[in-house]
Amino acid sequence: MNLRDTRRRALSTVMYGLSILSVVAALIPVAMILFFVVGKGIGALSLDFFLHTPKPVGEVGGGMANAILGSLLMVGLGALFAIPIGIISGIFLTEYPDSRLTPIVRFAADTLNGVPSIVIGVFVYTLLVLPVKQFSGFAGGVALGVMMLPLITRTTEELLRLVPTALREGAYALGATRPRAVFTVVLPAALPGILTGVILALARTAGETAPLLFTALNNQFWSTSLNQPMASLTVQVYTYAISPYDDWHRQAWAGALVLVMIVFLCSLAARLATRRLERMSVGR
Amino acid sequence: MKYWTGAIALLIVAIVAGVAFVLWDEAALSIRTFGWDFWRTSVWDPVAGEFGARPFIWGTLYSSILALLIATPVAIGIAVFLSDWCPHALRTPLVFLTELLAAIPSIVYGLWGIFVLVPAVRELQLALPDWIRAMPLFSGPPVGVSMLSAAVVLAIMIVPFTSSVAREVLKSVPASQREAAYAVGATRWEATVVALHNARTGILGAVMLGFGRALGETMAVTMVIGNNPQAKWSLFAPQYTMSAVIANEFTEAADQLHLDSLVEIGLVLFVITLVVNLASRALVWRLNRARTA
Repeated sequence: MNLRDTRRRALSTVMYGLSILSVVAALIPVAMILFFVVGKGIGALSLDFFLHTPKPVGEVGGGMANAILGSLLMVGLGALFAIPIGIISGIFLTEYPDSRLTPIVRFAADTLNGVPSIVIGVFVYTLLVLPVKQFSGFAGGVALGVMMLPLITRTTEELLRLVPTALREGAYALGATRPRAVFTVVLPAALPGILTGVILALARTAGETAPLLFTALNNQFWSTSLNQPMASLTVQVYTYAISPYDDWHRQAWAGALVLVMIVFLCSLAARLATRRLERMSVGR
Repeated sequence: MKYWTGAIALLIVAIVAGVAFVLWDEAALSIRTFGWDFWRTSVWDPVAGEFGARPFIWGTLYSSILALLIATPVAIGIAVFLSDWCPHALRTPLVFLTELLAAIPSIVYGLWGIFVLVPAVRELQLALPDWIRAMPLFSGPPVGVSMLSAAVVLAIMIVPFTSSVAREVLKSVPASQREAAYAVGATRWEATVVALHNARTGILGAVMLGFGRALGETMAVTMVIGNNPQAKWSLFAPQYTMSAVIANEFTEAADQLHLDSLVEIGLVLFVITLVVNLASRALVWRLNRARTA
């Protein structure tokens, strides 16, 4: 073997090592973040955290019950309008690929997906908060809905595309009209996948802070009123994190742990569901 | 069915147009008052009614470019490892882990940044010898909240985005390309170079996508950059970004001009991310089309 070949082999080995090194370099911060979130969060996580509202500064204890409720309400409100609009838009994109509107809608969905979440916050603020001079849970829910919309639209589109054409042709052969074929055969076939996509989108938006900062603002009290300021887990973690109090820092870590758990469990569930779906479609 | 589903899909288009219009409309006062000077001057004084946004656009671009410099080699390394060199059993868990990283809320990165990264950066700065700390790139008081902290957090956050798109792009390179390289006696790395060369536009698109994410990121940056409106080269200087100033001052905007100035910053942030995202999509999309043709 001559010198040149040795050098080429050596270079290849070095690059292999570097690529492994970059994986390790990316895993170190992950490990550190998870280590700190779990380590610091688990100590502060108690039943009180889920059952109590915040205590005034100086009193130890209290929890984030109102913030958890607020996050659930606003994510639910956002989902209420983002899910139907997203799924129907996804159907439109797959059913009518030749329509002149299709590339425009797809482009708009991609654009919306790339808009920084803080800008969505500014948009919803000027639209829903400024005219009535009142921060509200409703505005927060709408902001989260706008964040979810492109995610749900594109997931629906991708999953509808995976449904075998034979299914649709079967429906047509039985004399079904297009809407009937779509809503009774194609959509149900893709529904489990779409649902997991929706759950992922909800989990992701539940972790959003920036769009809520000046739409829902925050609230230290138990409140279910959608036209009042509303607390959320993320904004509460932010408020506590930048505060100077040790007890609030502890609670911020606990809140972060809850957020990470939500994301982790949803991703895992989605992963398992997708794997089952893939197996099913291979089995067919 | 075509018409009513189309009408509902049109709502998405309406929202995007609405964002552009509402921001433009609300920023009108600031645009009229300051014109281009808004972006050229550096004094940000809400009390005196003076608004110059140069430090913010500087901070946004500087932190994002630094993050890109750190993240890109790592992200491409991961993409190469996962698409070409990874043992099969490792691939699924590693892909899952990188996807999970992309889903962790930015507030969690920010929390970690405040309590772990910022003190570490302060220690690093104190440990540097004096002659290094005298250099403009490393000057400033050791406070920890700084451009460097922001760039590191951003880099950690964009690695999963860039690497997952780059991996998809590398996966779409036809197997024949690598096989041809092996057939003429290429080493493993040389075959990878062939694939990387083949996928270069798509990789560039992946990098741009990460850049777009970094530009718009708010919470984590706000928590570690120090929120001081000054445009400096120093990595250890506390600075400010466009998204951070909106997050901090929006609810406290005292008068119409202050609010409108913040909206104008939002408008420009919207336009910049739009252009970057468009460019990256165009690159990835062109590659896909060339493949299917």
